[in-house]
Amino acid sequence: MNNRWEIFQSSSDYRFVPYIMAGDPCIEATIELSLALQESGAAAIELGVPYSDPLADGPVIQRAGMRGLVQNMNLEKTVRLVSELRARGLEIPVIIFTYYNLLLQLGENRFLSLAKENGVDGVLVPDLPYEESGYLKEMCSDHQLALISLVSPTTREKKLVKLSKEAEGFLYCISSLGVTGIRSEFRKELNDFLKAAKANSSVPVLVGFGLSQREQIQQFEGISDGFIVGSAIVKKIEELEEQLLSNRNEAITTFKQFIESLLPVYSR
Amino acid sequence: MKTATVPDQRGRYGVFGGKYVPETIMFALEELETAFDEAVRDKEFNERFQKELAIYSGRPTPLTKADRLSESNGGAAIYLKREDLNHTGAHKINNAIGQALLAVRMGKKKIIAETGAGQHGVAAATVAAKYGLSCKVYMGKEDIRRQALNVFRMKLLGAEVIEVTSGSQTLKDATNEAIREWVASVEDTFYLIGSAVGPYPYPKMVKQFQQVIGYETKNQFESVHGGKLPDAVVACVGGGSNAIGMFASFIDKEVPLYGIEAAGLGVDTDRHAATLSKGSNGVIHGSLTKLLQTSEGQITEPYSISAGLDYPGIGPEHAYLHETGRVTYEAVTDQEALEALKLLCMNEGILCALESAHAMAYAIKLARSMKKDQTVVVCLSGRGDKDVHTLMDQFEEEGE
Repeated sequence: MNNRWEIFQSSSDYRFVPYIMAGDPCIEATIELSLALQESGAAAIELGVPYSDPLADGPVIQRAGMRGLVQNMNLEKTVRLVSELRARGLEIPVIIFTYYNLLLQLGENRFLSLAKENGVDGVLVPDLPYEESGYLKEMCSDHQLALISLVSPTTREKKLVKLSKEAEGFLYCISSLGVTGIRSEFRKELNDFLKAAKANSSVPVLVGFGLSQREQIQQFEGISDGFIVGSAIVKKIEELEEQLLSNRNEAITTFKQFIESLLPVYSR
Repeated sequence: MKTATVPDQRGRYGVFGGKYVPETIMFALEELETAFDEAVRDKEFNERFQKELAIYSGRPTPLTKADRLSESNGGAAIYLKREDLNHTGAHKINNAIGQALLAVRMGKKKIIAETGAGQHGVAAATVAAKYGLSCKVYMGKEDIRRQALNVFRMKLLGAEVIEVTSGSQTLKDATNEAIREWVASVEDTFYLIGSAVGPYPYPKMVKQFQQVIGYETKNQFESVHGGKLPDAVVACVGGGSNAIGMFASFIDKEVPLYGIEAAGLGVDTDRHAATLSKGSNGVIHGSLTKLLQTSEGQITEPYSISAGLDYPGIGPEHAYLHETGRVTYEAVTDQEALEALKLLCMNEGILCALESAHAMAYAIKLARSMKKDQTVVVCLSGRGDKDVHTLMDQFEEEGE
């Protein structure tokens, strides 16, 4: 794994990994939001790619995808955007979050060489389960990219152990059943699930799906190595849409205040 | 022709098929596969299924010779497999009964389903009522508006109809939403898919529950033709469940098979649903198949006058049969389907569904090119009562 992953993995912080949609509400906003997230303490960033049929996403991210599509954002442009992000000073790992059909149409090999060229560190494909991921996993490893694995509370124990052991970059533990979105409660069994994942994983174990408040995030500290926030951030971006297009500096300041209110006090 | 080896252990039909779904529902697909495999090996389950088909849906459905139509058309004699005479008016009920019995066997009390025009929604609501299950049907806002009658029928049957406002608000989005709901409620909910699409084992399962169509047809045909098989078999293809059920008994025989897609306003316009003629390989609703999409992989909205053929993907086994060349796939326009529908009405006194009218249109054309002593069997997948409003609008527009 590359230097960016080494820093991510060796950190002793409780890692904050945000998700934003590329091109929402415009490309320049995506760049400035990414840099703002880095300044606010993000340890890595997930960059979503707009898709017509995002079946693992709830309404908030669906709407962000529609806004991205209006900007004509696609997988290739999202990957190329990463080199722009690097040029503007983004140093944390970037993970491309894309549905499998987009990857297939661009071509898996072409995606991987583009990703490598443009400074991408990993890829997450929510509709490509382990059973179907053999080829991409092998190719990712040839290109020194991390294929991020997701495990769910419904993942069978044997598979959980295997996926945890083989995980690259970080292991993404889905907090709850259902699609992405904001939730108020989590299952009691979640702790056992995270413990089992952590016991077997050699990379940081992060918890995601449904996190939207500092109190929720804090309850997972100690049983996970970090957390992922998607919908809550994307929803804030939606609220700030007009400002992000017309009065960006002010919008970014408001955005950073929001991120600060979300993060556990000790992670900054 | 090498067709006997599909699907393989990984649920593949050649390169097509597979399970492209979030990790959260992978265990449910495995659980379903195990339960399904056990059920089809269980004599009691099969007897129960056959019995329900007989006493609840009225099977076997007849094979009717279209005498006057064949006579006036010239060429081969046309036979109609009368799936329109099933309870609820189409072949959809075969699969709905099969999957509902499986849900009951698995101890699931809740079913969810997607629907476009509402035919599968009605079938799902019907079996839910019959077997005492709760039922939620996902339906696009646009389809709810167009199919008010079926929405009412589903509610009357005790189902909850959930309006889907995401994306283009039609069948593909309703299916996305049903899958999303399944991901959230997977531990106690059975997803009753309506066509031979979706992640493995759905395509295999839907075929299993629909193959009664081909099985009966073959026996019925043989019994009046001294063991001979038809010279051609034609079925319409949206997702492809009636076609795969019809083809099942003929696929390893020397019988030419035709799957008919919807060409809408024409395959050279952008208003069609001709997935195999115009689509490319991609992933939709959990399966690798042919689909209508942009070069970047955004799934596009199909069009057909027939809501049941208005789907941007197709069952993976059809994609495979297309690739191997075992089945010939052709496309029929709205206009051709409407004309065939009228011909069948006037000559045989049968109002078929707009979907089935696509198969009818091609069969009429095909029969004309064949000899008088030859035969064509058409799967008349459903009746046209549901389409009366569309037909009224259409024919009034034409000033008839």
